[in-house]
Amino acid sequence: MTQSTTLNAEVKTAATEEAAPFTPRQLMRRRALSHTGFLVGAGLIAALALIALFAPLIAPHDPFVQSLSSRMLPPVWDDAGTWDHILGTDQNGRDYLSRLIYGARVSISIGLGAASIGLLLGVSLGVVAGYFGGWVDHGVSFLLTAQLALPGLLLAMALVFIIGPSIWVVIGIIGVLHWTYYLVVTRSATQRIRSLDFVAAAAASGATPRQIIWHEIVPNLIPQIIVIFTFELGIAILAEASLSFLGVGIQPPTPSWGLMIAEGKQAMFYRPWLVVLPGMCLFTLVIGANLLGDGLRDITAPEGRS
Amino acid sequence: MSKLLEIDGLSVALTIPTGRLHAVRDVSITLERGEALGIVGESGSGKSMSALALMRLLPGRAEATGSLRFDGADLGAVSDEAFSRQYLGHRIAMIFQEPMTSLNPVYTIGRQLSEAAVIFGGKSQREAEARALFLLERVGIPDPVARLSQYPHQLSGGQRQRVMIALALMLEPELLIADEPTTALDVTVQAQILDLLRDLRREMGMAMILITHDLAVVAEQTDRVAVMYGGEMIEEGRAEAVMADPAHPYTRALLGAIPRMDGAPRRLGAIPGTVPSLTSRPKGCVFAPRCDFARPECVEGRPPVRGGADHSRRCVLSDAERPAAMAAAPLRADHVAAAQVEAVIEARDITQVFTSRKGMFGARHTIHAVDGVSLSLMRGETLALVGESGSGKSTLARIMLGLNLPTSGTVTMLGKPVADLAPLERAALVQPVFQDPYSSLNPRRTLAEIIARPLVLRGEDDADACAQKAREAMEMVRLPARLLHSYPSQLSGGQRQRVAIARALVTRPQALVCDEPTSALDVSVQAQVLNLLGDLQAELGLSCLVITHDMAVVHQVADRVAVMLNGQLVEEGSCAQVLGSPSSDYTARLLAAAPQFRPEWQAAPAAEGHV
Repeated sequence: MTQSTTLNAEVKTAATEEAAPFTPRQLMRRRALSHTGFLVGAGLIAALALIALFAPLIAPHDPFVQSLSSRMLPPVWDDAGTWDHILGTDQNGRDYLSRLIYGARVSISIGLGAASIGLLLGVSLGVVAGYFGGWVDHGVSFLLTAQLALPGLLLAMALVFIIGPSIWVVIGIIGVLHWTYYLVVTRSATQRIRSLDFVAAAAASGATPRQIIWHEIVPNLIPQIIVIFTFELGIAILAEASLSFLGVGIQPPTPSWGLMIAEGKQAMFYRPWLVVLPGMCLFTLVIGANLLGDGLRDITAPEGRS
Repeated sequence: MSKLLEIDGLSVALTIPTGRLHAVRDVSITLERGEALGIVGESGSGKSMSALALMRLLPGRAEATGSLRFDGADLGAVSDEAFSRQYLGHRIAMIFQEPMTSLNPVYTIGRQLSEAAVIFGGKSQREAEARALFLLERVGIPDPVARLSQYPHQLSGGQRQRVMIALALMLEPELLIADEPTTALDVTVQAQILDLLRDLRREMGMAMILITHDLAVVAEQTDRVAVMYGGEMIEEGRAEAVMADPAHPYTRALLGAIPRMDGAPRRLGAIPGTVPSLTSRPKGCVFAPRCDFARPECVEGRPPVRGGADHSRRCVLSDAERPAAMAAAPLRADHVAAAQVEAVIEARDITQVFTSRKGMFGARHTIHAVDGVSLSLMRGETLALVGESGSGKSTLARIMLGLNLPTSGTVTMLGKPVADLAPLERAALVQPVFQDPYSSLNPRRTLAEIIARPLVLRGEDDADACAQKAREAMEMVRLPARLLHSYPSQLSGGQRQRVAIARALVTRPQALVCDEPTSALDVSVQAQVLNLLGDLQAELGLSCLVITHDMAVVHQVADRVAVMLNGQLVEEGSCAQVLGSPSSDYTARLLAAAPQFRPEWQAAPAAEGHV
C-alpha cells in the first residue's frame, strides 16, 4: 500500500508538472497592445519614419528648387494659398511641405545615429564599470562627473565650429556628448545583476568575465537600453535642431527643421507658419519618441508601475 | 457575550494583467477573547490576504467581500476614517515579516513609538513616553532610555522586531495580528520572539492571529489552527487535534512533508504537482487535482464541512473513510553513509578578511568573515554546515566552490590546489545550488539554454548532443521535457530550484555545494527537493556540502555536521553525535531553539517544557 502510493505520487509528479501558459514575450505583447501611450508613440514614430524613408515618392516638389516669383506663399488654408504649394513656400520660393518631408530624414537619421553612438559609449562604459567595480568604476565615474560638468550645447557649438559643419560631424558630436544616461542606468543595473546567483552559477561553470557579460548580463539590460535609446532619440533630435538654429548644425540648403525655424524667424510676425510648421513637426517627432519610451518602460518592467 | 472576531464568508479577488485572481475564497474564522489562532499555509494560500483584508490594507486592485464583525460591531458599516481612528492600533494591531523595512529609518525609535499614541490615542507626550519605556523594557530591549533616541539602523533585526512588537502594543489592542513575525530572523532569535509574544499575550489577555508557513511554530504557540490551501480554509480546529490527527488529506500530506527531528530520517512525503493557479474558480475541491484520495464527487461540487467546532474540515471523506496515518516510507535502501576517506574538497586553515573603507580616504575596517577553518568533504557523504546569518558559512561555501580565493589558507580538490585549477577543470568537479530560485536562473534564457550552458562553456558545440543531455538532466530532476522551451518566470519556485539542480548536474560533477537549497521554498516543495537531492546522491554517488540554518533539514540529510559561529568552527562530528549530544553550548542552543513537533505532544498538549 505504502509502496503503491509512493509510486503513484512519483508518476503524478511528472504528469501534473505545469508551467504558466504565457511566455514573457507573450505577456509583453499583451501589455503593449493595451498601452495607449505606447501605441500612439509607436504610431507617430512609424508614420514619420515611413515619410522620411519614402520622401522622394511623397514630396510634391523638389525641396531644393527655388522660384523667386513665388516666395513666401501662404499655406492652402490662407486666402492667398494655392493647392500647388499646400503648406506654402519659404523665402526662396521652395515648397515648404517638401522641405518638411525631407527634413524628417535629417532629423531621424541624426537622432538614430547620435543615440546609437551614445549607446555604444555609455553601455560599454556602464557594463565594464558595473561588472569590474573598484578602480575601473572610479575611473568611469570620474569621466561621468567630468562630462556632466561640461556645458553641452556650448561644447557642441565649439566643436562643430572647429571641425566644420556636416551631417556626420553633427551626428558624431551629439552622440559623443550624450552617453551619460546610458552609463548611469546600465552601471547600476549591471551591479545589481552581477550579484545575482545566475552570474555566480555561470562563474562556477567556468565562464570567463567576457562570456558572463555577453551571455548573462547584456540580455538583461536590453529592455532598459531600448527605453533610454528612445529618450535619447528625442534629445538628439532637439540638439540637432538647436545647433542648426544657431547656425552651426546642418548647413543650407539641406532642409532641417531647426534650420527652417532659424530661416523663418525674421519673418515670424507676419509669416508665422514658417516657424510654426517645422516646430510642430519637431514637437510631434519628439513627443512620439518620448511616448514610445515611456510606454516601453511600462511594458518591459511591469513591476515598476504603480 | 459576542465573540471577539467573526469573519464570515470572506473572499478577496485581485485584478491582474492575465485575469482575475481569487486569492481568498469563502473563509470563515471566529476568535474568542484572549485566544491564539494560527493560520498556516504555503505561499499563495491566501493567508496574508485574509489578514490584510481585516486590516483594510489590501492593495488597490483588490476587492474584498464577506462580513467582518469585531466585538459584535459590523466592520462593513464602519468608514475607513472611523476604522483607522477607532480600531487600528487601539483594538487591532499588526506586526509584519520584515523588521528591516517596517520602521521608518529617519525617525527615532522614541518618536515612532509615541507618535500614534499621542495623535490618535489621546495620551500626553509624557504618558506615551512612559508607556514606550515600559514596553521596550518588557520586550527585552537593553537600556531602553538610550534606545528612545536611537534610529532603527542602530538596532539588530531581532531588536527591531521587538520594537515593532512594542509599537503594536502601545495602545493595548485586543487583537494582535502577526504576519510571519519571525521568518526573517535567525532560529535562536525566532524562539525568543515567539516566547515573548506568547508571554505578552497571556499577560495582557490579548487575542492573536499568527500567520506562518511553519507548522511547528503553530503547534507550539497557538490554541487553534486554520489550514489554508489555494485561498480556502480546508481544516480548522484545536491545535493539538489538528496536529495529532490531521483530517484533511492536504494537512496530512503537509505534515508528512516536514522533516522531523524525532526518530530516524524517513523519506519525506512529497505532494505531487504544484499549487493551483487561482485565476478560475474550481467547482469542486481545490485540492482534488493533487489528492491521493480524490473521487469523482470531489471535482463535481464543493465538499461539505465535516466535524464539530473542535475540529472541522472541508472534505468528502467521512470519519470512517479517512485514511490511516500514512506509514512513512524509509529512505532509499541504497542510501548508505559514506565510508570512504578520500576527500573531494579539502579546505585547510581558511581565513577570509574583508576590508572596507568609509569613502576613499576613510579608516580601514576589517572583518574576519572566516577565521582559521579547516573542513573536508569526503566522497559520497553529505556534510551539513550549520550556522546563523553572519556566521561566515556562505563565504566559506564560495571559497570551497573555488569562486573566491581566501585571504590565507588552501583549498584542494581531489588533491590539487584550487588556485592551480583552470575554471573549467574546477567546474567539472564541483557545482553550486543556490538559495534563491528566483535569482539563480537567467530570466532572459529558456530552460534548454540554461541547462545546456555549462556544456557550451566546456566547448561542446554539438547542438543535438547538448539538447539530449539537457533532456536527460530534466528527467533526472523529474521535470517533463516539454518545459524545456519555457522561461524561468513561467515556473514555480520549486520547479526553478530543480532546474538549478539540473544545470548543476548536467556536467556530472563530483560534488555539489548547496547554499540553503530549500530555505526559500514551501515545506511541500522542500520535501520534493530534499528527496530529489537524496535520490540523486545515491544514484550518482555525489558528495554534497549542504549549508543550512535548519536543524530539521540537517537531521534529514546529513551524514556529518559542522557548526559555525562568528567565522569559526565550533563543532564537527557525525550527525547523530552532534544532534544527539552536542559538545558546544552554541549547538545545544541552536537545537533547543528549533521549533519542533514533540512525540509527547498528544500526552501533554500544553507542552510547557519549552526551553
